Amino acid sequence: MDEGLRSELQKQGIFTTTLEEVYNWGRKNSVWPLSFGLACCAIEMIATTMARYDLARFGAEVFRPSPRQADLMIVAGTVTKKMAPQVVRLFNQMPEPKYVIAMGACAISGGPFKQGYNVLKGIDRYIPVDVHIPGCPPRPEALIHAFMTLQKKIDEQKLTGVNRPRHLNAEAPSEFPVPQFGEHDLVPPNNPDVWQAPSLIRHA
Amino acid sequence: MIPLEQIKSRIESAIPGARLEIILNGSPSGQNSLLVDNEHAVPIAKFLRDDPALRLDYCSNATGVDWLDLELTEKVKVKKVVDGVEKEVEEVKKTKRPGYLEAVYHLYSMELKHGPVIIRMRTENRTDNVHLPSLTPLWRGCEFQEREIFDLYGILFDDHPDLRRILMWDGFKDYPMRKDYVEPDDYEYEPTPHDEVLERTRKHHGPEAKA
Repeated sequence: MDEGLRSELQKQGIFTTTLEEVYNWGRKNSVWPLSFGLACCAIEMIATTMARYDLARFGAEVFRPSPRQADLMIVAGTVTKKMAPQVVRLFNQMPEPKYVIAMGACAISGGPFKQGYNVLKGIDRYIPVDVHIPGCPPRPEALIHAFMTLQKKIDEQKLTGVNRPRHLNAEAPSEFPVPQFGEHDLVPPNNPDVWQAPSLIRHA
Repeated sequence: MIPLEQIKSRIESAIPGARLEIILNGSPSGQNSLLVDNEHAVPIAKFLRDDPALRLDYCSNATGVDWLDLELTEKVKVKKVVDGVEKEVEEVKKTKRPGYLEAVYHLYSMELKHGPVIIRMRTENRTDNVHLPSLTPLWRGCEFQEREIFDLYGILFDDHPDLRRILMWDGFKDYPMRKDYVEPDDYEYEPTPHDEVLERTRKHHGPEAKA
């Protein structure tokens, strides 16, 4: 519907909407995160939910202890290789629609521990991440910004077509393979359907 | 605190047959340590814990050290007959020191408020004979630290109550803190590789990879 006509009708007391808008509006204002933290970023996440920063303003104050009741996984902290299968398994146990925020340098890339033998170099190697936030740790404002970015992303989703969200696409996977503990590393080292190593082309 | 030389002589008189050696530390801290032989390590540790003048009742830290095979070069002056004249000639003497693994314990006394006394134990080699006696029966706090040493260095502690990996998973085969540990090649991209990372770039992409 034309925006001008819509605001004109609104002035006359007629409210119009679409199913898509109502659907997205409902989803974006009630995103329940999983209460789950891995390292120091979790402390900032906790601070974000408390009175000073008040994540409840965005409809996300209900942290669920069970993945079966959660919509959002905030990967807050270093993901060690020993912990990675459990993180993927938790994500698999969440019902669709589900979202992931990778919070902090470690969750997005391995951070200061990137060169270590025991740290996963970013959780996006195994599960699809919606919003990445840098920082070590990111401030609560940054997490709120990530949250607003996610809300905006949900709001802009089209319910039909090629780019429809995963939960409306029967062919898109809802569960992702859990990596196995290998003799030297996780097997496989990444999920090629979700992540591939970037190739760098340098121009002389 | 009693000097280490005195502790050494006291142990030697208390435990016959104990072979001890003071390992000097050249750094400003000067924390010299006591190398203990494996057969007498447990009675020596028990003596250090129970002796009324020492009472080292707290093991604050246990850690491992990996020493690779080393070729030592020494310059030795040798008398030789060169062209009918006896001369002193310098010769380079090379000796090979086989590698070993070491466990280091830092002991303090809560009761007498002194410390640390540092003791070390050495394995026979780095490959097949990597056994050391566990000191967990004497200091309960060593349990997890000895597990960590086992996990990262591969030292097997005899008489340890629960020797499993603690940081890595059970099926893991390597010992990541050993100096010859080879990391899995999971290099992907680095915006400005340098030093060690540049070497990894070259290993991954080939020698012509540029910084």
